[in-house]
Amino acid sequence: MTIDLGRGLMLRNPVMTASGTFGYGEEYTDFVDLAKLGGIIVKGTTLHPREGNPYPRMAETPSGMLNCVGLQNKGVQYFIDSIYPRIKDFDTNVLLNLSGSTLEDYVTGAEMVDVLDKIPAIELNVSCPNVKQGGMAFGVTTAGISQVVSEVRKVYHKHLMVKLSPNVTNIAEIALAAEASGADSVSLINTLMGMAIDAEKRKPKLSVITGGLSGACVKPVALRMVWQVAKAVKIPVVGLGGISNATDAVEFMLAGASAIEIGTANFIDPAVSAKVADGMKAYCERHGFEKVADLTGALDS
Amino acid sequence: MKQITDFILVEKNDYGRSVLLRLRSDRALPEIQPGQFVQVRVDGSPSTYLRRPISIHDVDFQHNEIALLVQQVGEGTKHLAVAETGDVINMVLPLGNGFSIPEKGEKCLLVGGGIGIAPLFYFAKVLVENDIRPTLLLGGKTKSDIIRLADYQQLGDTFVTTEDGSLGEKGFVTMHSLWQKEVFDKIYVCGPKPMMKAVAKLAAEKNVWCEVSLENLMACGLGACLCCVEDTVDGHMCVCKEGPVFNTRRLKW
Repeated sequence: MTIDLGRGLMLRNPVMTASGTFGYGEEYTDFVDLAKLGGIIVKGTTLHPREGNPYPRMAETPSGMLNCVGLQNKGVQYFIDSIYPRIKDFDTNVLLNLSGSTLEDYVTGAEMVDVLDKIPAIELNVSCPNVKQGGMAFGVTTAGISQVVSEVRKVYHKHLMVKLSPNVTNIAEIALAAEASGADSVSLINTLMGMAIDAEKRKPKLSVITGGLSGACVKPVALRMVWQVAKAVKIPVVGLGGISNATDAVEFMLAGASAIEIGTANFIDPAVSAKVADGMKAYCERHGFEKVADLTGALDS
Repeated sequence: MKQITDFILVEKNDYGRSVLLRLRSDRALPEIQPGQFVQVRVDGSPSTYLRRPISIHDVDFQHNEIALLVQQVGEGTKHLAVAETGDVINMVLPLGNGFSIPEKGEKCLLVGGGIGIAPLFYFAKVLVENDIRPTLLLGGKTKSDIIRLADYQQLGDTFVTTEDGSLGEKGFVTMHSLWQKEVFDKIYVCGPKPMMKAVAKLAAEKNVWCEVSLENLMACGLGACLCCVEDTVDGHMCVCKEGPVFNTRRLKW
């Protein structure tokens, strides 16, 4: 079931948990044996602490949800001092999702995380739709992504995964720019920018009006984008967006993903990630795949 | 330890806008503090995609039973209200931090507004088990909002207000004559936010310790998604994990 994503990032199986949906892993240990997962990607972290956006930050939508949390976190230094010591010995890969408002923030944050022995990779978040500056701004143009990825690459020596925004015209171009700038892998998709309105009150449901859409409803869009990107790049693609069960996960692998992330489904079934890992193994046995890695791109089209 | 468990709906009582659901599992219940809540998987329909946080109304450890008092306000609670006995309902429990248990001899007032009376039942029961007889003040729009009054009366002196005057004193809980007659050491409140703010203000004026139970919109219930935050003196705090019960001194109200 092992997956080699390159530059030292080896996963026990293709299943990881998506940033912002699994806390720091500790919140889920009553439900999931973390040793059953390929990795966990912890909450989006920025160089400086952020209080995030005001409440309300969430609106349920048909088979999905919008959020505008806005990267609430205590900053990289707090992560290093107070959180890392608690989670570094988890029996799974712990990846940090790193975000920023400026190029300097990304570079300084990456330098600080580079020295943490037990963090084998960062997922560079250039696609958060909920912060005013930076965030998605870097991720929606080839120039922006080339700049941030190449600068971070200079200081970060481990596996550099770049999380892509779906809020673009041509995601394959963005992925190619990330690859050319030194990314070891790309993960996609981050949330789709959306909006919800309370008609009775004639008010937006979210405090900052727009937010990121996630959950089962985004799966067809995510699957299509993973397929497009996997055809375009040579580096591994990590697929996410609405994966709720092992069948969904297999579909992403067939579309070209080398690994997958589970996000919003963790809210609905806190034990889902381990179930997906078991279910993928069962699929491989049932269909005669010796290695789960052989599912990648095995779409019969 | 938290668990994800299938419960069977064994009994359902209709109270107009609200239903009382008794749910049983074949698994031993974890330790449950009064004021903690469950996340209910309603039915997985597109309009009830996320779990619904519901306060724990009562617990029967001997029979592995949890009781929920559910008012129909949105899609989720409406779907729950039409569940039938024998239906399987999946719940994650217990979540959050409950009410602080007072010291023996302290005079406690439990104030509930609307469906906010729900968690006060189990709380009052635990207080009685700890040899503390609480005073209860229950408020509603009208008589039919004051559900299970006789059962609350078994647990402590119970006073009622209704906005239309159909039961107890007319008006809001903050207007009840009890406030002029009695002095309490601790006040615990659950209800709509404006009502909780009004009681918190009254408590602050009297310099009385006060805890409130919040019900912000939430997704995960575990402190992972950071959607349900409340403004506190320590910054944005998750109602699901740091709460739902907060001392009012911590809140920026």
